Amino acid sequence: MTATTTSGAQRRIGGGLLDPKQLWKSLPAALAKLDPRTLWRNPVMFIVEVGAVFTTVLAIGDPTLFAWLITIWLWLTVLSANLAEAVAEGRGKAQAASLRAAKRDTMAIRLTEWTPGQDQSRYRDEVVAAADLRLGDIVVVAAGEVIPGDGDVVEGIASVDESAITGESAPVIRESGGDRSAVTGGTKVLSDRIVVKITQKPGESFIDRMIALVEGASRQKTPNEIALNILLAALTIIFLLSVVTLQPMAIFAKAFQGAAPDTAAINGDGISGIVLVSLLVCLIPTTIGALLSAIGIAGMDRLVQRNVLAMSGRAVEAAGDVNTLLLDKTGTITLGNRQASEFLPVEGVTPETLADAAQLSSLADETPEGRSIVVLAKQDYGLRAREEGLMPNAQFVPFSAETRMSGVDLTDRRIRKGAASAVMKWVRENGGHPTEQVGDTVDAIAGSGGTPLVVAEHIEGEPARALGVVHLKDVVKAGMRERFDEMRRMGIRTVMITGDNPRTAKAIADEAGVDDFLAEAKPEDKMALIKKEQEGGRLVAMTGDGTNDAPALAQADVGVAMNTGTSAAKEAGNMVDLDSDPTKLIEIVEIGKQLLITRGALTTFSIANDIAKYFAIIPAMFAGIYPSLDALNIMRLSSPESAILSAVIFNALIIIVLIPLALRGVRYRPSSASKLLTRNLWIYGLGGIIVPFIGIKIIDLIIQGIF
Amino acid sequence: MSMTVAGVLFIVSLLAALAVAYRYFGDYMYRVVVGARHSLAERGIYKILRVNPEGEQSWKAYAGSLLAFSAISLLFLYALLRLQHVLWPNPNFPGVTDHVAWNTAVSFVANTNWQAYSGESTMTHLSQMAGLAVQNFVSASVGVAVAVALVRGFARRKSGTLGNFWVDLTRITLRIMLPVAVVATVALVIGGVVQNFSGGHDVTTLTGGTQTITGGPVASQEVIKELGTNGGGFMNANSAHPFENPTPWTNWIQLFLILLIPVSMPRVFGRMVGQNRQGYAILAVMGILAIASIGLTNVFEIAGNGTVPHAIGAAMEGKEIRFGVSDSASFGAITTLTSTGAVNSFHDSYTSLGGMMPMINMMLGEVAPGGVGAGLYGMLVLAVITVFVAGLMVGRTPEYLGKKIGAREIKFASIYFLITPATVLTGVAAAMATKNHTTMLNVGPHGFSEVLYAFTSAANNNGSAFAGITVNTGWWDTALGFAMLLGRFLPIIMVLGLAGSLAAQQPVPESKGTLPTHRPLFVGMLVGVTVVLVALTFLPALALGPLAEGL
Repeated sequence: MTATTTSGAQRRIGGGLLDPKQLWKSLPAALAKLDPRTLWRNPVMFIVEVGAVFTTVLAIGDPTLFAWLITIWLWLTVLSANLAEAVAEGRGKAQAASLRAAKRDTMAIRLTEWTPGQDQSRYRDEVVAAADLRLGDIVVVAAGEVIPGDGDVVEGIASVDESAITGESAPVIRESGGDRSAVTGGTKVLSDRIVVKITQKPGESFIDRMIALVEGASRQKTPNEIALNILLAALTIIFLLSVVTLQPMAIFAKAFQGAAPDTAAINGDGISGIVLVSLLVCLIPTTIGALLSAIGIAGMDRLVQRNVLAMSGRAVEAAGDVNTLLLDKTGTITLGNRQASEFLPVEGVTPETLADAAQLSSLADETPEGRSIVVLAKQDYGLRAREEGLMPNAQFVPFSAETRMSGVDLTDRRIRKGAASAVMKWVRENGGHPTEQVGDTVDAIAGSGGTPLVVAEHIEGEPARALGVVHLKDVVKAGMRERFDEMRRMGIRTVMITGDNPRTAKAIADEAGVDDFLAEAKPEDKMALIKKEQEGGRLVAMTGDGTNDAPALAQADVGVAMNTGTSAAKEAGNMVDLDSDPTKLIEIVEIGKQLLITRGALTTFSIANDIAKYFAIIPAMFAGIYPSLDALNIMRLSSPESAILSAVIFNALIIIVLIPLALRGVRYRPSSASKLLTRNLWIYGLGGIIVPFIGIKIIDLIIQGIF
Repeated sequence: MSMTVAGVLFIVSLLAALAVAYRYFGDYMYRVVVGARHSLAERGIYKILRVNPEGEQSWKAYAGSLLAFSAISLLFLYALLRLQHVLWPNPNFPGVTDHVAWNTAVSFVANTNWQAYSGESTMTHLSQMAGLAVQNFVSASVGVAVAVALVRGFARRKSGTLGNFWVDLTRITLRIMLPVAVVATVALVIGGVVQNFSGGHDVTTLTGGTQTITGGPVASQEVIKELGTNGGGFMNANSAHPFENPTPWTNWIQLFLILLIPVSMPRVFGRMVGQNRQGYAILAVMGILAIASIGLTNVFEIAGNGTVPHAIGAAMEGKEIRFGVSDSASFGAITTLTSTGAVNSFHDSYTSLGGMMPMINMMLGEVAPGGVGAGLYGMLVLAVITVFVAGLMVGRTPEYLGKKIGAREIKFASIYFLITPATVLTGVAAAMATKNHTTMLNVGPHGFSEVLYAFTSAANNNGSAFAGITVNTGWWDTALGFAMLLGRFLPIIMVLGLAGSLAAQQPVPESKGTLPTHRPLFVGMLVGVTVVLVALTFLPALALGPLAEGL
C-alpha cells in the first residue's frame, strides 16, 4: 500500500509502480481476453482484432515478410490493450485474495427469542453456519470469535480487530447504541462479548461487496466513460469510412497513372488489404481505446489503496465534479477538542500564580480540556504536575452540569474554574467583587471564538477573588488552510458544519480558511443545506458516521461514511472510509479529478498521434502513383513498407509505454481549470503531435534494413 | 490602385462594416427572436396556419414541424417545376425534367442551391419567384430557427421546450430576411443589377451572331441568394454574370449580405445566454478560421503556381477582369466558408491548392462563419465536442455554459459530426465505383477534385460547383439530391435533439474549476479541433485530388 503523507504541498496523488513482472503474470489473462465475445464490448479494439484476423488470412494467402510483420504487430496491438486491462485487474485480485481469507467458514451462535437486557443465563441459542444467517437474526459473539456477518451491536461493548478489512492492526471499540455500533463480518472480537443484530442479506456482506469491487467484477461503465466511448465509436466509424471509401478513389488514381509501377501498397486492384487495415488501425483511437478500462479500474484501485471503498464508479466521478464540500468541524478541521492556549491574569496577579491555580484545579480533571491546561502550565511556566497523592488534604470537586465548575479544596484555600457566570457568582457568594477586567477578557475571548474559563480562589478569611481567565480554543489541524486554499483554486467551496454558536463558528472558520460555515447545525439543517446547494445545480460531498447523518449521506452526491459509524450510515453513503478519516474526502475529490484528467489527456494524445501517422502512411501509399506526394514524407522514412510498419509498431508500443501512466493517472496538482488545461494541452496535445514523429522515425531507422 | 492595395481596402472595409453589423444587427436579431409581441401580419399568418403562437414545442415537436414544413415545401416546389410550362407567365420554357426537378427542389429546400440547370434557360419567372425565391427566404429562416432553438437549449433551465417553430420561422422571415432584402435590392439596382420582367431580347453582336440578352427580376433574387447564404443564381454564370454582379461595388454588397447574418449570429448567442463574451469567443473562432482560409486562398491564387498563370503573370483563368484575382479568391473563400453556392469565378480554374481551399472550407462543416444559422449551430456542436475533451482534461464532467455534456449530448453531437463526412466520402466512392465519374471534364487528380467538390458542396449544403463536371445526368441529380437532403435534415434533427437535452438540464454554476469557454485558450483549442478533425477525415481524399496535383 502506498504511504501518503497528509500534510503540506508534498502530498500528491501517486499510485503503485508498474512491475514488469506484473506484465508477464497478466499475460494469460490478456490472452483470454482475445475472445471476441468479451472484446466486442470495446468497439475500438474489436475493430483491431477483426483487422488482425483479416490480415492473418491475407498473409496466409500471400505470405510476404511485410504481411506477416504487420499481422504480428496488429495482434500485439490487441494484446497490449488486453494486457493493460489485465494488469489493472490483477492488482485488485491480490487484494481480493486477502479479503477472501477473512471470509472463512465461520459458525454463528444464533439467539432465539432474545429480548434486550435479557440475562445471559437465559439465552436460548443454536449453532448455524454464518452463510445461513438471515437479516434480523441475533447472534452472540464472544472474545476470540469471528463476527459471522455485518450488523449492529445491540448489547455489550467489545474491542474488535478489524485488520482483515482495514489493514490497521490496532483494535477498535464497538459498543451498542451510539455511533460506533457497526461491526463487519469477518472481523474478530478480541475481548468481551457482544450481541449483534445482523443487517445484511446472505451473500451481500460488506466483504462480499469489497471483493467484487476490487476484482472489478461488478464494474459498470461510469457516465463519462460511456460518453467517451460514444465519441470514440463515432471517430472509429468516421475513420472506417475514410479508409473503406479510399479504395475506389485509389483504383481510379492507379488507373489514371497506369504507367506507375505496382508497389507493395497499391496495384491495379487498389490498395492492398494489409495496408488498408494498417491505415485503419493507425487512425482509430487505439491508444485511448486500449487504456480506457484500465484507467477506470486503476482509479478505483487508487481509492482502495487509500482504504476507501467506492460503491460505484459513478460516485468516484461525481467526486471530481463536487462543487461544495461539507466538513464537520470536530475531527476534520479541528483536533477533537478545545485546548488551553493562554493564561490571562487580572491586574495584580502574575501569570505564574494563575497558571499554578489553574493547574491545581485541573489535576483531577481527566477531560481533554483539563489535561491541556496542565500541559500548557508546564510548557509555558515550567510547572510540573503535582501528583494527587502529594496533596493528602486535597478534595477535588468534579465538574457538574449544575454548578458548571470544577476545582479543588485545599486546607485553607479553595480554587474553582469554570464557566464565567458560574465562577463569578461563586466569587460574589464568597464576598469577592470581580473587577470589570475579568468581564472584558471573557467577552474578548468569546468574541474571538474561544471558550473562556474563569479561575478564582478563596483563601480562608479573605474575600474570594478572580485570578484570571484561561483561553480555551479549538485547534485547527496543521495544513488545513493550505488544503482549503487548494480547494478554492479547484473551484470547490468548503462549508464547515458545527454545533457551536455562530460567533465561535465564524472565528474557527476564519482561522481554518473555509469559505462558509453552518453554525448550531442540527441534522435537519445539514439536509436542508445539501438540498439548497443541489437546487442550484451544485454537487455536494460530505462525510458522516452517525445514524442521524444517514439521510444527508444518502442525499449528498458523494457521501463518505466512516467505517466506525453505524450500518445505517454505511448503507446510506456511496463510499466507506475504512480509516474513518474525514479529511480523506479531499483526497477522494482529487482522485476523482485525476481519473477524468487521465481519460481526457490520453484521448487528446491518441487523436493528436494521427497527424504523424498520416504523414507516414499517405506518401507510402500514394507516392508511387503521384510522386509529388513524396513531399508529405517529411520524416524521410526509408521505404513504403518500413513507413507503414513503423507506424503500426509505434501504435502498438505506445500502448505498452502508456500502461504505467494509465494505472498511475496523470500528475495532478490542484489548480484552476485554465491552468490545468494549458498544462495538459501542452503535454498531451502538443506532445501527442510531436512524439509519434520522433517515435516512427526511430523505429524506421531500426527496421529499415529489413526491406 | 495596385491589385494588392485594392484587395486590402476591400477586405478592411468589409470587416469594418461587419463589426458594426455584429453589434447592432445582432442585437436586432436577438430582439426579434426573444420578443413577446406579434405583429398584425404575423397574427394573421398564425391564424391561417392554425398555430397558437404562445404554444411552446418540445424538441421532437419542433423537429416534427420543421420536417413537415420542409416536406411540403419540397413537394410543392417539385410540382411547380414539373408544371411550370402550363403556368403563367411562361417565356416558352418546357417543364423541368424529373431528375432535375427533384434535384432542384431538394437543393432549394435544403438551403443548398446546387444548380443542375441554367437558370435563364430553364426556369420561368414564376418558378424563379414563387418557387426558388420563396425557398431562398424560408430555407434560410429554417436554418436561423434551428440555431436559435439550440441556443435556447443552452439558455433555458429545466425546460421541456425549445420555442415554437412556426413563430420563429415567421418572425425571422418577416422581420429579418424581408426588410434587409428590400433595402439591399434597391442598393443593388442602384449598383447596376438588372430588375425587370423581360423575357429576353435578341441582339446582334459585333461579330454578327445573335445573342439573347436575358432580363428578369435579378436584383431581388440576387439579394436573398446572398443574404440567405443560398447561392442559387438567376443566371447560370451566377455572380460572375454582369447582370447579377456588375461591379466590384456590387461584389462588396454581395459579400456583405452573405456574411451579415452568419457573423451576427454569435451575438444572438451571446445575448441569449446572457454572456456577450461567449459570443465573441465563437466569433473569434470563426474569424480566425475565415481569415486563415481567405488569406491562404489569396496566397495560392496570387502566387499562381502553374504553367498558364506563370505565362500571363496571374491566375486569371476563369476569373472576371473586373474583379481581379484577389476579389475573386476572397469571394470564392467567403462563399464556401458560408454555405453560399454563389461564385464569381470558376473554382475549377483555380490553382490546385487554391481550388483545394474552397473544398476545405466546406469540409470544415461551413462553420466560419457558415450558413445562416447553420454556421452557428455547426460551430456550437464542434464546441460541444471540444468542451468534452477539454473538460475531461480539467478533471470535471465536461460542461458548456453550465450544461453537462454527457452520453446523450455526445451521442447527438457525434452523429451530427458523422453525417456529412459519411455522405461526402460514400458519394465520392460510389461515383468512382459506379463509373459515374466519367462525366467529368478533366482526368486524373483534377477530375477527381471535380467529383470530390460536387459531393462536398452538396452534403454541406453549399451549392457552389467546382464546374467542369456534367452533373445533370439522372445518377448525379439523384445522388446529389440525397446528399443534400441527408446533409441538411439529419444534422438538424441531431441539433434539435441536443438542444432538447440541454434545455432539460439544470445548469451547474460557474466556479474556478469550470473550464472557461470565452478565453483565447479555448478559442485556440476549438480552432485546432475543427481543423484536426477535418484534416484527419479528408486528408486521404484530398491527397488523391488537389494535393497530388498541387504539391
